[in-house]
Amino acid sequence: MEQSENNSAGKIIEKKISRRTLLGGAMAAAILPVTSSFAKYIQVGVPAIDDPTKKLGIPPGKLGKRSPFESPVRKASDISSRSPLQDFYSTITPSDLHFERHHAGIPNIAPDKYELLIHGMVERPMKFSLNDLKRFPSLTRTCFLECAGNFRTGKEAMTPQDILGLTSQSEWTGVMLSTLLREVGVNPKATWFLAEGGDASVMTRSIPLKKGIDDAFIAYGQNGEAIRPEQGYPARLLLPGWEGNTNVKWLRRIEISDQPYFTREETSKYTYPVKGKIRMFSFEMDARSIITFPSYPQKVERGWIEIRGIAWTGRGKIVQVDISTDAGKTWNAARLQEPVLDKAHTYFRYLWQWNGDETEILSRAVDETGYVQPTISQLVAARGNDLGGYHMNPVTSWQIKRDGSVLFKPENYK
Amino acid sequence: MNVKLHLNKKYVVVITGLIIIGVMTSEKRGYFSPGYGATTDTGKWPKSFGFGSTASPQDIVKLDIDVRPDGKGLPAGAGDAAQGKAIYVVKCAACHGATGLETPGIKLMGPALVSDTAAASKPKTIGNYWPYATTLFDYMRRTMPYTQPGSLTDNEVYSLTAFLLSANKIIRPETVLNAQNLWQIEMPAKKLFIVDDRKGGPEVK
Repeated sequence: MEQSENNSAGKIIEKKISRRTLLGGAMAAAILPVTSSFAKYIQVGVPAIDDPTKKLGIPPGKLGKRSPFESPVRKASDISSRSPLQDFYSTITPSDLHFERHHAGIPNIAPDKYELLIHGMVERPMKFSLNDLKRFPSLTRTCFLECAGNFRTGKEAMTPQDILGLTSQSEWTGVMLSTLLREVGVNPKATWFLAEGGDASVMTRSIPLKKGIDDAFIAYGQNGEAIRPEQGYPARLLLPGWEGNTNVKWLRRIEISDQPYFTREETSKYTYPVKGKIRMFSFEMDARSIITFPSYPQKVERGWIEIRGIAWTGRGKIVQVDISTDAGKTWNAARLQEPVLDKAHTYFRYLWQWNGDETEILSRAVDETGYVQPTISQLVAARGNDLGGYHMNPVTSWQIKRDGSVLFKPENYK
Repeated sequence: MNVKLHLNKKYVVVITGLIIIGVMTSEKRGYFSPGYGATTDTGKWPKSFGFGSTASPQDIVKLDIDVRPDGKGLPAGAGDAAQGKAIYVVKCAACHGATGLETPGIKLMGPALVSDTAAASKPKTIGNYWPYATTLFDYMRRTMPYTQPGSLTDNEVYSLTAFLLSANKIIRPETVLNAQNLWQIEMPAKKLFIVDDRKGGPEVK
């Protein structure tokens, strides 16, 4: 555990209230119980205002901020930080809670110094300033990003953030890569391109040119504003549905080629054992899902419970999410929140009446190619015992205990 | 399972529908015409928008540091394992350990780099998991050492590559590496690598 839980049931959190929050509020503070998202029950120190209709509120400000009663945070390690999936009511990740993964820290790039170079097998090698990129016909597209290594297991005390927090979703704005390739004139014999980042890792990945032409784009906008530094400011590559690492951030160079480069991130990393061989260029993220409510460390009460969560696939749209409330014996379809978008997190809901008996609840995503999210044992059968850590998308299960506590069910597969 | 059979029929319809839509849109769009989300603009796209500028050979040389498995991109210079070992001690050992071998019970900042070359051995190192020697050169030159990224000279990178390949018993200790011979080294792990064969659909791979 990198840091203590801030949403443990019954845990008292003394929240610091800023001077500004106190402006216009009563000077005396008291401990008030408040109910936050879903089953969270926390106690927060707030100014005692018995009746907000009888006290002038705080004036407008330059930047908005969260309610002092809400404090969703990422969980950071040395190399990544994880989105608090259990705190989200829908599928757009607030930009400051988007997961992070980088290989040599976040660079500080001045937008007026930024340039994207496109060269190699082209008629005319070109460089584009950020302003140039913004002048081209643009697009806006909502899609998920997910680290290829997004799966942790091993103990019962794990939140959705701990298990699958290396995925997030934004509404991205940018220019289609095909629009830029049209300007440079790609040699018809070209089949791959190299994408290179401008951070201290100068990270590179080889991408089939077909993906570059189909739906790749270079994003400079995230959720309506300039893309965040952690997500690649001022511009990054977006390859909808493909493993996070290929979506090169701080994109500085694209080299068109007729072969892959076999860079470090596509050989010694982001590859995994499959029955004695090592699988590489494993781009698409296969379908998966997770129930985010109820989940550890929440507690549920007997009666009606709306089971909620997200499902996604890198191969198109989610067509169905099945829910089991009897440990996988029977399955029923959840309701999907419309519109269901291509290569995007899809919110699902399933109404369940819990009778108080101990059980397990599971979700299973189905995508438009007919792929059904596998169990761990199906993945072991397909790939062998030495699974590695990439492209692991097993069905996961929450245990509901008689007292209403919810625990992750870790499955041993090594 | 009944559920699956029932679903499969539905997919046939869905997939057929998608193929039809796909064929329609690909006819309309072509490869280099307005992409995702395009509707009706007031005019056709020009041959060129005229945004951006031509990159000069100098612009390209400044950034084009990649090295391919066929040796394209390897710079002038040379180095051997003895020189590499001296550099390793000063610039690499702090994170990767004195020898680059895994030290049981000790968690180093950087991964182990040296082991035997048996496919199934642990940990994963240059000897048993790296398919191309060019990758080693490319990676060290672009981003190592971790706290001083991109600070190694080409001769230092050749020397370190020679040291690490020699320590993994892939080349002889006296070999001098350069742009002519580095890319021709056959790495033991190369034969293990296969290209992704997942394609979606009902089969779990």
